[in-house]
Amino acid sequence: MKKTEKTGAAIFIECLIKEGVDTVFGFPGGAVLPIYDVLYDAPLNHILVRHEQGAVHMADGYARATGRPGVVIVTSGPGATNTVTGIATAYMDSIPMVVFTGQVPTALIGNDAFQEADIVGITRPCTKHNYLVKDIKDLQRIIKEAFYIATTGRPGPVLVDMPKDVLNAKTELNYPDKVELGSYQPTYKGHSGQIKKAMDLILASKRPVVYAGGGVILSGAAEELRHFAVKLGIPTTTTLMGLGGFPGTHPLFMGMLGMHGTYCANMAVMNTDCLIAIGARFDDRVTGKIDEFAPYAKIIHVDIDPTSISKNVKVDVPIVGDVKGVLKEMTRGMSLGGGGGAFNSYKKELEGWHKQVNAWANTHTLSYKQDAGGKIKPQFVVEKIYEATKGDAIITTEVGQNQMWAAQFFKYDRPRTFLTSGGLGTMGFGFPAAIGAQIAFPKKTVFGIAGDGSIQMNIQELATAVQYKVPVKIAILNNMMLGMVRQWQEFFYDKRYSHTCVSVAPDFVKLAEAYGAVGLRATRPGEVVPVIKEAMKVKDRPVIMDFKVDPFENVYPMVPSGQPLNKMLIV
Amino acid sequence: MRHTISVLVSNEFGVLSRISGLFSGRGFNIESLSVAETLDPLVSRMTIVTSGDDNILEQISKHLNKLISVIKVQDFTSEDHIERELALIKVSSNAANRAEILSIVDIFRAKVVDVSPKTYTVEITGDEEKIGAIIELMRPFGIKEIVRTGRAAMARSLKQR
Ligand SMILES: Cc1ncc(C[n+]2csc(CCOP(=O)(O)OP(=O)(O)O)c2C)c(N)n1
Repeated sequence: MKKTEKTGAAIFIECLIKEGVDTVFGFPGGAVLPIYDVLYDAPLNHILVRHEQGAVHMADGYARATGRPGVVIVTSGPGATNTVTGIATAYMDSIPMVVFTGQVPTALIGNDAFQEADIVGITRPCTKHNYLVKDIKDLQRIIKEAFYIATTGRPGPVLVDMPKDVLNAKTELNYPDKVELGSYQPTYKGHSGQIKKAMDLILASKRPVVYAGGGVILSGAAEELRHFAVKLGIPTTTTLMGLGGFPGTHPLFMGMLGMHGTYCANMAVMNTDCLIAIGARFDDRVTGKIDEFAPYAKIIHVDIDPTSISKNVKVDVPIVGDVKGVLKEMTRGMSLGGGGGAFNSYKKELEGWHKQVNAWANTHTLSYKQDAGGKIKPQFVVEKIYEATKGDAIITTEVGQNQMWAAQFFKYDRPRTFLTSGGLGTMGFGFPAAIGAQIAFPKKTVFGIAGDGSIQMNIQELATAVQYKVPVKIAILNNMMLGMVRQWQEFFYDKRYSHTCVSVAPDFVKLAEAYGAVGLRATRPGEVVPVIKEAMKVKDRPVIMDFKVDPFENVYPMVPSGQPLNKMLIV
Repeated sequence: MRHTISVLVSNEFGVLSRISGLFSGRGFNIESLSVAETLDPLVSRMTIVTSGDDNILEQISKHLNKLISVIKVQDFTSEDHIERELALIKVSSNAANRAEILSIVDIFRAKVVDVSPKTYTVEITGDEEKIGAIIELMRPFGIKEIVRTGRAAMARSLKQR
């Protein structure tokens, strides 16, 4: 054996460092003991979580906030299976992440060994790709490929399963600089003929709308989207995942579309003659009844993933490519006089459309009524957080009504400031995601907007946040209900509130204090702002704010599922 | 409509379950599937027979292409190609019908590969139609068992690898 040989575990950590990883989220166990021994004095920030699901959501929050891949290390068997919900969450929202799991020694695989789980088999449908490292000679290549696959093309989680004997075996450090993956070559550049067709279609339209999704944020294309929409004067809506991809305070912004979208955005989509879908995937929560979605529109669809295109709606001009590059090219085409006279007459025609959109924007605006002496309205809390932070904060959400109010009543001007589980809708995501985002940006203000149901799904991470002095601010909109499900029961199940009351809950203030965090409570509207201000002063610990809100408040507008977007229930 | 799709994949562990998992997870149909190594031992070829409208077939081929282990996807349906399948048919035989069975075997250019006092086992290769036809002709004698391989397909032109 050569002196320079190192164990698989040592090499693994060196590869992470070479990959530029600064923080990993993990939880130890038998199969990863060799790694944890190296971590004992490695120059790498390891965050010890209290549940592996928490580790994955933290890595996810870290990735969403920074754009860099989140990294997770867990042990075999239960450690690995505990990551599955987190991985599926990241997969549905295309979040770059690499999850490393320990595995029983290769000789024992398939023997139902202690803490053996076929995690590669289990996660095959919810990872972009996954690997079992069977031989140490493949370890470094696989780590390189894992990061490459996770972060390129349409990003996503990759899992690498590492048996204990591979971690103990020795070899030379030789981390490749390049990957050789003939079978994986994502298309980045949009087809110029298609781009030209799209521009012609837009210039011939009279009522164009941009519908932008999470792809804009993933691709780092918020600037390009703004230039494009402004240059062409196109009213813009985003999906839940796209919030922050277009400035929330911009005059062309119509708000979110879909089931809980604004009246304006939904009406505009139902009346547009040219829908430009950018990095979005026509999710059923966005389209409502699919056959009646955007009935008058020719559709242009830009997406990096060919399988997203023409999946559930027929597209007139598909463009496969990275949205950043495509948007740049479309805008440049216009500036080079690609439009000319056509451009001028197009712009002129737009005036009427802008008038119409503005009229919609002033009808059925997002609203609620806060009585000074009444119960606290949850929307009021979100709005006050917006005012107190002046919008300069990272907001994470749980799932349910809290998520929708956080989307509706906070204006997101910048990308990567609104972190939410859109695709899978995972309760328990928001709190650990906030911790991950705050660890990435210790100086920024990070608020988690939570429901009293969801927060209890990963509440154990309070200990993690206290241990690492992570000053996240969690605002529980405490309605003592699984509010969103209760709302559906109110509307569609005759108010039969079956198993949606969760009023038996801990005293969240005492709970925070028991963990060594700060606990605050507001029960009257007048207490809301002081509690938020108080929370913002805390810099060395997490804060839990328990806002006792009106239990029967509903999210409006609402398009009942299966209905077209213009059939909104309105307050 | 029926489609025969040829998929070149990295010859690595788990790749079959990636492909079959994709089909089952998205509700696509597999009618037959055969896999074997190609000239390059690092690459295998899967021949998949599936069905669906144009939209579904487009999604199938896009999703296959999206798998990291997939190198190339080719739908043979609109291409000039050769398809073959092999079947083993065990048919009851007795003194009275032996000659008749043998003459059918002869006409189809099949082979008798095993003989027992009460059965003949016949090997036949051909396209689906031919195999279907011989099965129909054998049926009256009493078929004990049939094993079919699933389809292998190859384009006629040279540009294919
Ligand atoms: C893990 C998980 N289980 C179940 C659901 C279904 N679900 C969606 S919203 C919701 C209610 C959430 O209640 P709460 O966290 O109190 O938020 P609220 O709607 O009251 O704001 C439930 C149970 C889910 N999204 N995730």
